[in-house]
Amino acid sequence: MSSAVPFWRAAGMTYIGYSNMVASAVRKCLKEPYRSEALGREKVHFTISKWSDGKPEKPTLRTDSAEE
Amino acid sequence: MFRHASRFLIRAAAGDGRSHGRTSAIAVARAFSSDVPAAPSQDTAFIEAWKKVAPNIEPPKTPLEFMKPRPPTPSAIPSKLTVNFVLPYQSEISSKEVDMVIIPATTGQMGVLPGHVATIAELKPGLLSVHEGTEVTKYFVSSGFAFIHANSFADIVAIEAVPIDRIDPSLVQKGLTDFTQKLSSATTDLEKAEAQIGVDVHSALNAALSG
Repeated sequence: MSSAVPFWRAAGMTYIGYSNMVASAVRKCLKEPYRSEALGREKVHFTISKWSDGKPEKPTLRTDSAEE
Repeated sequence: MFRHASRFLIRAAAGDGRSHGRTSAIAVARAFSSDVPAAPSQDTAFIEAWKKVAPNIEPPKTPLEFMKPRPPTPSAIPSKLTVNFVLPYQSEISSKEVDMVIIPATTGQMGVLPGHVATIAELKPGLLSVHEGTEVTKYFVSSGFAFIHANSFADIVAIEAVPIDRIDPSLVQKGLTDFTQKLSSATTDLEKAEAQIGVDVHSALNAALSG
């Protein structure tokens, strides 16, 4: 008998993914101005550079903000 | 099960060497995190060698020396619980002495009093209330962990925690109906899980607002 896993892990989600999803849902239920401050915390902005054969490929830029 | 036996044997042997701190390298194979020494330890061999070479310069401090020693477990149950409640972007409560804290653990609402047995609890979305005298401060916690130590210190970490007066009831209702609808129309396991999460969080928010 396998150990009891939470439903989200059984569906393939990791704890951090689950936790971030819950936090995002909570942030969307706040009153203004707290809501905009909180959603600002979810923004990410980074570039990913993949390397192959010792040479960098073109970097991809990711800018995400919380979807409305 | 028995592959850990050798590790336990080494640890048992190291039990005698532990009081000497880090001087016996072989003995301290893997110390428990609860074995953090009560006083900051110094690597005496290093400091001696440093003083020989550079007697006028202060030896650099190792990370272990910067660590504040763990408060000792008192023999009598203390009268107050010291709470540290931190979020990734700020520390909500830092070393506040309170009477009781009720945390939303996955196993149900757990009341933590001074002298509580050492516990690690995973938190579910719910209400966290801090009771100090007659005043009660309530926060809605998204998820996280609570570490209760034997010396009546409680460290609570959460990703998002808001005082309940900052929650908008109409948005909660709307979210709940949206996710309930998504749950009934979900096809893949992942969609079902996401919708279930949404329903859980919003019902917890509802309960927190009305409770």
